Amino acid sequence: MDSRIKKKFDQITEENRKALITYITLGDPSLDKTIELVLEMEKAGADIVELGIPYSDPLADGPVIQRASSRALSQNINMKSIFSMVSTLRIETEIPLVFLVYYNTVFSYGVERFLNKCKKCGIDGLIIPDLPLEERKILNEKMKDYHIDLIALVAPTSHSRIESIVKEGKGFIYCISSKGVTGIREHFDEGLENFIKEVRKYSKIPLAIGFGISDAESVRNLKSLADGLIVGSAIVKEIEKGLESEDIERRVYEFVKSLKEAIDE
Amino acid sequence: MNTKFGQFGGQFVPETLMNPLIELEKAFVNIKDDDSFKKEYMYYCKEYSGRPTPLYYAKNLTKKLGGGKIYLKREDLNHTGAHKINNVIGQILLAKKMGKKRIIAETGAGQHGVATATICAMFDIPCEVFMGEEDIKRQGLNVLKMNMLGAKINSVTSGTKTLKDATNEAIRHWVANPEDTFYVIGSVVGPHPYPKMVRDFQRIIGDEVKEQIMEKEGRVPDYLIACVGGGSNAMGLFYPFIEEKVEMYGVEAGGKGIETDYHAASISKGRLGIIHGMMTYLLQDENGQIKPVHSISAGLDYPGIGPEHAYFHFINRVKYVAINDREAIEAFRYLTKIEGIIPALESAHAIAYLMKLARETNKEDIIVVNLSGRGDKDMDTLFNVLEELEDGQ
Repeated sequence: MDSRIKKKFDQITEENRKALITYITLGDPSLDKTIELVLEMEKAGADIVELGIPYSDPLADGPVIQRASSRALSQNINMKSIFSMVSTLRIETEIPLVFLVYYNTVFSYGVERFLNKCKKCGIDGLIIPDLPLEERKILNEKMKDYHIDLIALVAPTSHSRIESIVKEGKGFIYCISSKGVTGIREHFDEGLENFIKEVRKYSKIPLAIGFGISDAESVRNLKSLADGLIVGSAIVKEIEKGLESEDIERRVYEFVKSLKEAIDE
Repeated sequence: MNTKFGQFGGQFVPETLMNPLIELEKAFVNIKDDDSFKKEYMYYCKEYSGRPTPLYYAKNLTKKLGGGKIYLKREDLNHTGAHKINNVIGQILLAKKMGKKRIIAETGAGQHGVATATICAMFDIPCEVFMGEEDIKRQGLNVLKMNMLGAKINSVTSGTKTLKDATNEAIRHWVANPEDTFYVIGSVVGPHPYPKMVRDFQRIIGDEVKEQIMEKEGRVPDYLIACVGGGSNAMGLFYPFIEEKVEMYGVEAGGKGIETDYHAASISKGRLGIIHGMMTYLLQDENGQIKPVHSISAGLDYPGIGPEHAYFHFINRVKYVAINDREAIEAFRYLTKIEGIIPALESAHAIAYLMKLARETNKEDIIVVNLSGRGDKDMDTLFNVLEELEDGQ
């Protein structure tokens, strides 16, 4: 059975366009809002949605997503409320949903129990930023039974590791645009194009670039390189801005729409 | 190299850091048994830091406590006032060999930060130290020292604003600058190869103790005691004795009591989890969120513990016990009065456990306590605590 992610990319290829993958942190500013925001993003043209599970110590994230995590954690949300929210969301949409989750959250919950719940509530993939190839064995073994894609990350520093990382990848390959944590960037590493070419050499599945894509302009600049682009911090920043003016949905919708227009140009 | 100790340790880091860690491991393997590197390391340990540190027979303490003979390993007499400099000398020599252009470090109590800033000053290498806002407040003297030594201090305001968050921030900075920057981790924590590397640069403590005690007593000790936050001074003392018939005690920070929520006793109260790139015992809530921890001593205020300690606990080789704030303060005052040695609050935890253990030992027994650092940096904290205590009475 093809996963929702694979089906989506097949459809995108057929339509001869690029995938727009958007990220928000679960529970920022509340779990109810998260449902609305996913639906707004889908309406605005997002193809896949990454949902970040808030964590006390998000090592791979910059200040914007760190703040989102803190806002979410102050709502006292936990895995139980998260899974129940995703189940509710799943009734409303077939959009592929991917968890961005730190490994301690999975490990602490119990790996199999976590996967089981993911499957039940309709999660299609996992991105675990602190679980490199060397530490994946246990999870890889267990994931086979669940039809959930463990999405592999490659970085500009991966070099000779690219081949073996990509070989294990499912769904799509998450190409980290540049060194550093998540967050908006002024410019990208010069070697980005060659890096992506190198990944392409080994990958049979689609490539998506993430980290630092901040607006329609950067979408236009990067879209030719890969099969999809991932935007996170820039959307979370819109949520942050909307907290006071209480127009989060509108801001997120319009921002994602501007990205969508740029990617489809 | 095996990256784990049993199930503990490993490399749970963003992919961006994997090649830098592999490069570091290679460099470490190259110098590990290299005589010229060892010679250089020993040269700075001896001529710059003042090693070997004395193994002092604490006559008064022995008499007062009425049990075995007590020796204090005087790591407090190192240059910069703690054992931390042993490891920093090793890592920065390695960084130079690797051609790294700048040094970053995290610090809790500021001892590791000061040691790093010191060696960087000596070698004229740019240095940035990450320190939690809370710790900056309670360790003012060390902050001043680092400034004077020319280090840039980055105040960390994320999370609980202490050692854990300073470490997160240092790792994030390293992810952004993996090529030209060397991250000097201050304890036997973090992803492989750090726990092994820091252990090897700290085992000089135990190696010296072995030689010194053979000379003084003609045999190995019966008991070793050291405090554990991340666990570098304890690992340094214990490691050379692991195969010997010696009982070892690692003393965790019991804070306001391990039955409360305010402590840093990762082994006594934690469960298996991941922090700072390693699998270890971790203080976390039921959802796997890392818990805020508490200890009066900033150097022990850490929710995890070095993975090799976790392993020694798991195989029952070392006993891990907890001492609370109040007991540590008492021990601090006791040692100061009885022996004229002002210990760091961290080391006072080891002394406090000694005060419990010594009474149960025989006169023929030999106990070695690692006095990992001196207490100058803690005088402010102590002053405030004593004032509070007096006000309370």
